[in-house]
Amino acid sequence: MSDLRYLESFRDPELGRSLLASLGTLARRLPRTPVRIMEFCGGHTHAFHRFGLLELLPPEIRMVHGPGCPVCVLPKGRIDAAIDLSLEKGAVLATYGDVLRVPGSHAMTLMKARARGGEIKTVISAMEALALAETHPDRDVVFFAIGFETTTPPTAAVILEAKRRGLRNFSVFANHVLTPSAMEAILSGTSLDGIIGPSHVSTVIGTRPYDFVARIHKVPLVVAGFEPLDILLALRMLLSQIAEGRSEVENEYARAVAPEGNLRSLELISRVFERAPAFEWRGLGLLPQSGLAIREEFGFFDAQRRFSIEVGHVSDPGICECGDILKGVKGPRDCRIFGTICTPDTPVGACMVSAEGACAAVFHYGDREGAVS
Amino acid sequence: MSGGRGSMGPRLDLEKGRVEMVQGSGGRASCQLVEEIFLPAFDNPWLRKEGDQAQLDLSEGRWAMSTDSFVISPVFFPGGDIGSLAVHGTVNDLAMGGALPLYLTAGFVLEEGFPLADLVRIARSMGEAARSCGVSVVAGDTKVVERGKGDGIYINTAGIGRIPPGVNLDPSGIRPGDALLLSGPVGDHGASVLAARENWGLATSLCSDSAPLHGLVGAMVESGPGLVCLRDPTRGGVAATLNEWARLSGLSFEIEEAAIPIRPEVKGVSELLGIDPLYLANEGRLLAVCRPESADTLLGAMRNHPAGREAVSLGRVGRGRPNFPSGCVRMKTLMGGTRTVDWLLGDPLPRIC
Repeated sequence: MSDLRYLESFRDPELGRSLLASLGTLARRLPRTPVRIMEFCGGHTHAFHRFGLLELLPPEIRMVHGPGCPVCVLPKGRIDAAIDLSLEKGAVLATYGDVLRVPGSHAMTLMKARARGGEIKTVISAMEALALAETHPDRDVVFFAIGFETTTPPTAAVILEAKRRGLRNFSVFANHVLTPSAMEAILSGTSLDGIIGPSHVSTVIGTRPYDFVARIHKVPLVVAGFEPLDILLALRMLLSQIAEGRSEVENEYARAVAPEGNLRSLELISRVFERAPAFEWRGLGLLPQSGLAIREEFGFFDAQRRFSIEVGHVSDPGICECGDILKGVKGPRDCRIFGTICTPDTPVGACMVSAEGACAAVFHYGDREGAVS
Repeated sequence: MSGGRGSMGPRLDLEKGRVEMVQGSGGRASCQLVEEIFLPAFDNPWLRKEGDQAQLDLSEGRWAMSTDSFVISPVFFPGGDIGSLAVHGTVNDLAMGGALPLYLTAGFVLEEGFPLADLVRIARSMGEAARSCGVSVVAGDTKVVERGKGDGIYINTAGIGRIPPGVNLDPSGIRPGDALLLSGPVGDHGASVLAARENWGLATSLCSDSAPLHGLVGAMVESGPGLVCLRDPTRGGVAATLNEWARLSGLSFEIEEAAIPIRPEVKGVSELLGIDPLYLANEGRLLAVCRPESADTLLGAMRNHPAGREAVSLGRVGRGRPNFPSGCVRMKTLMGGTRTVDWLLGDPLPRIC
């Protein structure tokens, strides 16, 4: 455990102050201000708030929250399908904890489905879902898999493992989505001066898949870790690029991210998954080639095939602004129901549910009056 | 206890035996469980009478009463077990009112099949904890539920304690300007239980802080006037206690992240699990509000007591101001920013006490 003390060095207040000072200096050299910088990941959004960084940034920097929250981008139709799997089709559903509280249609959630008798288990790993199938041989166990590229390799691995063990009662309802597709969608609708790229996703896919951001959209992108000094250093790298008129993909998180990514993980993903023609995202809509489907070869473990799941389109309630918040068009406090009708205890939209959601971050850590973010 | 009380048949197999339904039936087998496990562990004059109730001679004055149920998983964890925890939990709830705990009751809900060896170990640990706290377990009850209807063992304890004359600890006395003190590092209990549950081999140096606090409270009360109120930050951690006080008092609480003592091992576990140590349960720590002029004396008294050796000043009580209205908790972060310290976001961590 003592090797975890290294965390301290990424939270050093002295270094933090000097990085902040250099941000101030760079900000004065920017060609135009304010600059709009998106932190793509919900993890970064939370770090900004948890470490109290936002109010320390020079006023020339405006942070915009991105859609990097797996639970938030899951459309209602898919929650409805999962509830149906549990209540109507009688499957034991295994999923990650955050998913349970996301509202589907008619404010129904998996948590409520469980109270109505649905057998729904929270797991902290895909392997745990597989273990459930082994301990419930007489039941159909479905892993409701969600997430960006970070959680995809473990899902691929359990499908391979289920095949190896010859499990007949295990399948996966796959809802894995692709980060670069979401970035493309954001950049075609929102004007940004820079992007803080994902930490964990990039450990899997590397930095190369972001090249189009710099090359085609001319927006600088810096992949960053989740610690406060990581974030401040990444901002400094972004401001330098903007000040110098460059747009490149740079890697602040070199201690964990290689340009080519994690080849074993990528191999796992492509062995089991292929790109689905289109995937509907909450907020971003139907994006081509943006989600993954289980390959024909592993069709036996595909819950969508096994249970003939139809995912319908369900609109978000008119008062909830999750869609615009996920696109970076609006901030959480621009939403009329933020903090009043919609709170972490009574979430209307997914952004208030997830530990990575922008609304949850602003509510949990933010000022109680007035706007800061 | 020495087996001379009528015929009970063969003695229980305390090494390999398991709890059976019949032991909760109220018949001979129930009696045997009490005689062979609980009486030896808790031995005192009240229990020896084996009545339906304990009869106590209580002095006049104010008495505090409290109850708490313990459902922790795993039942054995580094630094304690469900038995010692059940004693410390209720002792500490009484102590937070300034009371000197004297008598406890213990209720056990056992699951059919629970190893008797574990029950003996838990009962002995409870007995030892009670003796070292100076309290007696004067009455008890045991029920057995079918296999699958419980999780090994649940324990309820209730207790009463005498509040010394002149002691009146009450959060309604909190005023702007008051100081906020913390008796030691946060999160030791929550982190060690979670690490024990995850079965991580790496967290060997982690240990629960489960300990009685009435001695420390006694020393604080004796150090002079100015102590306003106390609370032990168990479930929901320091964050929950501060939010409760902020809500009750209608005032704002301002703390400094740099002042919060957190052991490196606890930080490590928190990072791995994605949990803020401010939300981790403590079972041997207290938070105190006191008048600002008494803070130094009180802090000195705490640090002179073994249970408060690592006590710190955590922050202060304010009036609230724009962007930081009354009823909420704000923290100056290490990086120099400020943020709200909210109630726990999302589901509480289950089964930690």
